Amino acid sequence: MDALSMGGYGAYVWTCFMLTVVVFVICEWRARLRHRRVYRDIEVRIKALGDTQ
Amino acid sequence: MWKFIHKLASPPHFYRLAAQIVPWLVVPGLLLVAYATYAGLFLAPADYQQGDAFRIIYVHVPSAYLSMMTYMIMAVSAGIGLIWRIKLSHAVAAAAAPLGAWFTFLALMTGSIWGKPMWGTWWEWGDPRLTSELIMLFLYFGYMALRGAIDDTVKADKSSAVLALVGAVNVPIIHFSVEWWSSLHQGPTLVKKGGPAMDTAMLYPLLAMILGFSFLFGALLLRRVRAEVLFRERRTRWVKEMVLSGGT
Repeated sequence: MDALSMGGYGAYVWTCFMLTVVVFVICEWRARLRHRRVYRDIEVRIKALGDTQ
Repeated sequence: MWKFIHKLASPPHFYRLAAQIVPWLVVPGLLLVAYATYAGLFLAPADYQQGDAFRIIYVHVPSAYLSMMTYMIMAVSAGIGLIWRIKLSHAVAAAAAPLGAWFTFLALMTGSIWGKPMWGTWWEWGDPRLTSELIMLFLYFGYMALRGAIDDTVKADKSSAVLALVGAVNVPIIHFSVEWWSSLHQGPTLVKKGGPAMDTAMLYPLLAMILGFSFLFGALLLRRVRAEVLFRERRTRWVKEMVLSGGT
């Protein structure tokens, strides 16, 4: 319980640490999403070019 | 040396090399952050003035450091791209901006949350450190908005590079604001004459966290640069061959 309360500052301390985790997760997720989207667009374009030739 | 730099600037070479480097940044980064979190939250003693609220330093300082470091990476990359017309440099600058904005946001939020119990307020408009950090967030937004508003990649690279270089003047202002002007924000603790003003039990977890954040940031940046390179090179032969062979 002491670790959770952090001398009365628990809400401030834990919020900051959780916010940090959320930011890292969002950054990682967006980086993967961007790469996947670009890759998929390229796949679709190559397929479309192949179909027309 | 020049041959190595020239090879590194080659998009296909960089794209493959970055994929190999990422795991070497993620693993030590996670280990360092795990150690620093445990040591910072449970092993380091409470501060004699701020009590346990001081533990916010373990996420606030690394994110504030990265917010400024990322801007410098962005500005230097944009400058190199502008002067030497290296395409990869512009890709690095474009990929760094969203990360910089996120870490600036994190620094502002954690600072604000820390400020409430210590200063009695979430925000103080007259404070130079807080205001200059907020200006940097707007510079990141401006950089990204400018890039998004111009369809031509070459024109977007040039215009945004000028903005990144002009905005770089804000970085030393943020760093020295607590020395130049009267500020609610505490003075330098780590980088100061005579060494850091912290006990080693508090200092080592902080240094480990800064290093861990830097490793993880490096991995995030490389991932974003790879996506940016792929987008810019989407019509080239090497990308077509890679996609057809099922490579990522």
